[in-house]
Amino acid sequence: MTEHEHRRRLTGGILPGLVKGLATTARTLARPSHTAEYPDTQPSLPPRSRGVIALTEENCTSCMLCARECPDWCIYIDSHKETIPATTEGGRDRQRNVLDRFAIDFSLCMYCGICIEVCPFDALHWSPEFEYAETDIRDLLHEKDRLGQWMQTVPPPPALDPASAEPAEIAAANKPPRAVREPPALREPPAAGPPAVRTEEGDGA
Amino acid sequence: MGAPVSALEVVLRAVVTLLAFLVLPLVVGQTEHKVMAHMQGRLGPMYAGGFHGWAQLVADGVKFVQKEDITPSRADRWVFRLAPGVALVPYLVAICVIPLGPGLVAADVDAGALFVLAAAGVGILGTLMAGWASANKYSLLGSMRSAAQLLSYELPMVLSVASVALAAGTLSLGGIVEQWNPWWLLWQLPGAICFFTAALAELQRPPFDMPVADSEIVFGAYTEYTGLRFAFFLLAEYAGIVVMSFFFTVLFLGGWRGPFDDAVGWVWTLLKALLVAVVIIWFRVSWPRLREDQLQRLAWVWLVPLALVQLALTGAGVVVFQ
Repeated sequence: MTEHEHRRRLTGGILPGLVKGLATTARTLARPSHTAEYPDTQPSLPPRSRGVIALTEENCTSCMLCARECPDWCIYIDSHKETIPATTEGGRDRQRNVLDRFAIDFSLCMYCGICIEVCPFDALHWSPEFEYAETDIRDLLHEKDRLGQWMQTVPPPPALDPASAEPAEIAAANKPPRAVREPPALREPPAAGPPAVRTEEGDGA
Repeated sequence: MGAPVSALEVVLRAVVTLLAFLVLPLVVGQTEHKVMAHMQGRLGPMYAGGFHGWAQLVADGVKFVQKEDITPSRADRWVFRLAPGVALVPYLVAICVIPLGPGLVAADVDAGALFVLAAAGVGILGTLMAGWASANKYSLLGSMRSAAQLLSYELPMVLSVASVALAAGTLSLGGIVEQWNPWWLLWQLPGAICFFTAALAELQRPPFDMPVADSEIVFGAYTEYTGLRFAFFLLAEYAGIVVMSFFFTVLFLGGWRGPFDDAVGWVWTLLKALLVAVVIIWFRVSWPRLREDQLQRLAWVWLVPLALVQLALTGAGVVVFQ
C-alpha cells in the first residue's frame, strides 16, 4: 500500500474531506465564540500570573540578593547604615540598613521571578496587575513607592491541596512542646546499688 | 429596451446602480468579516461604528485614501495606474444588466447573459495589466497565473451558461428567469456546480486563489499597489462576488421567483444572491488552496466534460419536452 493510498484510506478521499471541512466550519459558526473583549471585560487571571513585581518595603533588609541574582541587572538598590542607640544603660549601639532606593526597570526585566524566589524576607511578590504600559520606554523604571502600591493587588497565596502536608509554620505551632528533660538522678532514685554496675563497666573498659 | 426613457430616468437608474455597486460589495465584505470570524471561533470587527463593527470597511476605506499613492520607478506608469480601474469598471457594467425583479433592471439588454460573461472577462485584464506593469517578478507570476486560470475556467463557465440559455430558449436574463422552473434545480445541477466552481476560479477566491497566494508570490499582481488603487482591487474582488452571486441566482436559482414575487420579487433576488455569497465565503474558510497544476487538472479533466455532459443533457431535455 503506497503512502497515497494509505492516506486516502485514512481520510476517505477528497469529497468526504471537503464535506468534513464544511461541516467543521459550520459547527464552529453555530457555537458562540469564547472571545473576551479585553478593555471592556477584565481578564480573569490565575493567581500565579506574572504581571508585575511588587515590593513590601518594610520587609527589605537591603541584602542585595535580588539585585545580584537578577539576570538582567534591572534592580537598583541604594541603602545606608543607621546607628540605633542602645536602649539600656551601658548597652551596645546597634546598626541597621535603611533602604534609600529600590527600583526595577521593567524595560529590562524578563519576568523570570528569580528575585522573588531568592528574597529571604518575602519583600518581593508577584502581582497579576499588567496595565502599566508606557509610551516612553524610559518611564518603565519604577521606584519603590510605585512598587509598593502594587502590593495592594497581590492575591493571597492559593490554598493548599487537600492531601498536602501542612505548612511549616503550622506544623511547628502544632508540635507538642518539647518536654522538660529531667536529670537522670530524679528519674531513677538511687535505691539499689547502681554504682556497683557502673564500676563493673568501668573496670571492663 | 422597449419604451423610450427620459433623461431623468436614465440619471436615476445610473445613480441607483452606482449606489448598489458601492454598497453591496461592502455588505458582502462585512459579511465575510463576520462569517469568517465566527467560523474560526472569533468575533471579527466589533468597534468601528459601534454596533458589531458595521463601519469597519468604511474605516478601512478612509485609511486607504490617506495612504501614499506609490508608483514604482520602473513601472509602466500609465498601465500601472489604469489597471485598478480596468479591474473595477467591468463589474459595474455587468451589474447594470442583472435584473432584480420583473422589469426592475438598470439596462434591459437582450443578450444579457452574454453581456455579463463578456464584461466579467474584461475584469481579468486589469489583473494582467497590473502584473505586467509592476515590473516585479512576483506580480508577473501572479498575473500569468490569473491568465492561465481565466483561460481554463472561462470555457466551462460559458458552456454552463449556454446550457441554461438553451433550456430557456433566450439569452436575456429576464427571459431566463421567466422561463425558470423549480425542476431546473435538478436538471441544471451539474451545470450549476460547474458554473459555481468556475465563478470561484474567475474571482480568484480560495480555494482558487493561486494568483494571490501570499506564501508563494507575496500578493501576486497587486504586490506593488498601495492606497486607493489597492483598495480598488479589493473592491473589484468583492464587486465580482456580488456580480457572480447575482448571475448565479438569475441563471440557476430562478432570480426573483418565489412566493409573492409580484410584490417582493427583488427581495428574493437579494436573499438568494446573499446566500450564494455566503456559500462563497464558506468555501473560502473551509478549504485549502489548490496547487497550480491541480487547478488546471480540475478545469480540463472534470469541469469541461461535466459542462459538456450538462449541455447534452439540456439539449436532450429541450428536444424531448418542448
